[in-house]
Amino acid sequence: MPGQWLFLLLCVLATAGYMIGHRKAVSVSGGSNRVMHSLMPYHGWNVALAAFLSGIAAMVAWGAIRSITGIPDGSNVIGTVLTLGAAGAAFWLSLQQISREFRARNSVETMVKGILILASSIAILTTVGIILSMLFETANFFGQYSWTKFFFGIDWAPNFRGDSDLGMLPLLWGTLYVSFIALLVAVPIGLFAAIYLSEYAGPKLRAVAKPLLEVLAGIPTIVYGLFALITVGPILRDYFAQPMGLGESGSSVMTAGVVMGIMLIPFVSSLSDDIINAVPQSMRDGSFGLGATHSETVKQVIIPAALPGIVGAILLAASRAIGETMIVVMGAGAAARLSLNPFEAMTTVTVKIVSQLTGDTDFAAPETLVAFALGITLFVITLGLNVLALYIVRKYREQYE
Amino acid sequence: MTDMTASPASPARKAKSLYEIDARTKRRNAAETRFRLYGLAAIGTGLAALVVLLITILGNGVPAFKQTYIALDVELLESKLDKNGNRDPDDLAKISTFSIAPLIKNATTELATTMSAEVPGLTEKMVGDMISKEAAGQLRRFILNNPDLIGTTQSFSFLANGRIDGYFKGRVSKESALLDGNVTPEQLAAADILVRKGIMKTQLNLAFLTSPDASDQRPEAAGLGVSILGSLYMMIIVLALALPIGVAASIYLEEFAPQTWVTDLIEVNISNLAAVPSIVFGILGLAIFINFAHLPQSAPIVGGLVLTLMTLPTIIISTRAALKAVPPSIKDAALGIGASKMQTVFHHVLPLAMPGILTGAIIGLAQALGETAPLLLIGMVAFVRDFPAAPPEGFFDPATALPVQVYNWTQRSDPAFFERASGAIIVLLVFLVLMNTLAIILRRRFERRW
Repeated sequence: MPGQWLFLLLCVLATAGYMIGHRKAVSVSGGSNRVMHSLMPYHGWNVALAAFLSGIAAMVAWGAIRSITGIPDGSNVIGTVLTLGAAGAAFWLSLQQISREFRARNSVETMVKGILILASSIAILTTVGIILSMLFETANFFGQYSWTKFFFGIDWAPNFRGDSDLGMLPLLWGTLYVSFIALLVAVPIGLFAAIYLSEYAGPKLRAVAKPLLEVLAGIPTIVYGLFALITVGPILRDYFAQPMGLGESGSSVMTAGVVMGIMLIPFVSSLSDDIINAVPQSMRDGSFGLGATHSETVKQVIIPAALPGIVGAILLAASRAIGETMIVVMGAGAAARLSLNPFEAMTTVTVKIVSQLTGDTDFAAPETLVAFALGITLFVITLGLNVLALYIVRKYREQYE
Repeated sequence: MTDMTASPASPARKAKSLYEIDARTKRRNAAETRFRLYGLAAIGTGLAALVVLLITILGNGVPAFKQTYIALDVELLESKLDKNGNRDPDDLAKISTFSIAPLIKNATTELATTMSAEVPGLTEKMVGDMISKEAAGQLRRFILNNPDLIGTTQSFSFLANGRIDGYFKGRVSKESALLDGNVTPEQLAAADILVRKGIMKTQLNLAFLTSPDASDQRPEAAGLGVSILGSLYMMIIVLALALPIGVAASIYLEEFAPQTWVTDLIEVNISNLAAVPSIVFGILGLAIFINFAHLPQSAPIVGGLVLTLMTLPTIIISTRAALKAVPPSIKDAALGIGASKMQTVFHHVLPLAMPGILTGAIIGLAQALGETAPLLLIGMVAFVRDFPAAPPEGFFDPATALPVQVYNWTQRSDPAFFERASGAIIVLLVFLVLMNTLAIILRRRFERRW
């Protein structure tokens, strides 16, 4: 029986369990609430949850056993029987338990709490899944390709007949270069916008400009990618790169960097805004009292006080930039090279993950497996930046609390 | 005070009126003005970027909703379509577009003979090529739906070829046509005449929203139908999984979890997951759901699961904020009259936090709708022309998603697809605006402030 029908059947069973349990509780009580430990609906819920959860548990357990031992799909009948058997048994047992003294509410609450715990452990499971899935394939990859050549190689030339050069450095360089340009755009604009909005702007301008800037953060990255591809790329090529003789390509580090910078503006500005607002008013008053102008106060009191938080915000923005995919896929190009010219097409780690894992893939070849090694590198870099940034921001917050 | 007024502050500086601004103050005031201007310029740049972005996308995309059509009278020859003359549906179903093409050719030949006097050098083939290759398919569907009309002459409105359409949208000109192998200046001249005669018209093209994707040669027929449906399926899955799981996890973490290292670990985990690059979730989906669990590639179920894992941290963070905003007095009151902790949470805290939770869920959903990168890795870039079936089976059928369709179109060679991609972006943005408006309305109307 296919999984979805089995699931539906369990739902039906649970509904029936609720009704039968409820009815039995009513008959046991003889029509009076007061003689029962728990209210009638709890008895119903107890039967329903017990049946449903045991069924699901049996289903999951059988699935796990099957995928570990490799029993073929044909033996699906066993799974169905097991699931329905477990659900039925739990149904019957919990129905037997119904009595005046039975603590149905406590039993239901324990089960609900179990569900809640299970739900919150999914976050951990996701992380474990991410790490395991990449770790296995990366180990596979390093079995076929030397890790020194991967981490320190300066040539990226995958070749599907084998014998490829899979050096990560050109990709890492492209990633860092694009992120650097993005931060060069986003940090000054975002920071000045945040300072103006929190220190100078009246409530009217703030009410309009802040949400509008945050719209930039809500726009999907594919939109920025298209913007880079059909607008920014050609403009940069025709008016900057070609007249200066720096390049002929619409997709370049500059294109991707500028567009990504625009995307990061609200990120930097709203984080810095929060941080600047958290600087105590007494520090401003002290500075004004000594005769400083507003801008002097900002430059010499507020910024130094907020600096750790701002650095944290910039690190978070950097981690965003490093992990960003669509803008670089559509704006930066696909050629792996180590060059300083920002108007040349370069490629990044994320672009190569996409290109190695789309289309025809062979999960035994190092050319495909390299994507997992790139993925885990990316994961480690962004995780490191995030942890560092969160640590700095948290430390800073404690300072003024 | 008296001392200070008695002795001059400094002999070097002459006492001056406060109204007379000295050079240093001027410099400081100038610096102040400059600083303000930097701030204004920064905000201006940000807003200008937003405006330029929206204007270019709208400017490029709006033409995708209009399309050039040619009205043609086609004689549905019985000898070609139904040799036996019995209108047997099984026989009709076997009609190929190959056998229909001559019917259209007859009509275009007729058109060509009437036009050849006005446009020198116009051949029959040129006129035939002005019509989209999709026309045969359109005619076939018409015949299958109306078998009793075989033998009569019907007038049809066919899509014009992408280049002819591009001519009216300013993408193709007579000069560029000379260099283009797919269109000739004669065809463009003929198109001008046809427009004057009213045979060719540019009109609203709602098929863009409903029809499936089309191959490289026929950008004029490409539509968003499959991708809108695919995105909808994924959103259903995300909503059905992420909302309950996210709310359950937040309730546990906010209300029940003891302060142990395990809880700390979960919390750090969630805030880190929120910042993991989306493409990493794509790798997870590929490795776990496709390679390990053997779910089908390019299916909405896999996309939905990956997006669920991505959206969970967002929903958990906003739900916890909403739960935290419910004042403790309400909890205390419920506990005080004898409710259990579980009853307090489910009967009092959760309903009061619901508007905030839903707002967060919608915002998370909007994020998931625009996400592209992880979907590329799980094979949703495939060319899909068949609509997925109704759920739940449809969740396992191949489909695409709106943002992936945009990416897909930008990878094609014909520039007409860029217009389609921008049009698709407009559709995507409209959905996002609707969802965010809903979230704002929910927040304004129902959220209580204590």
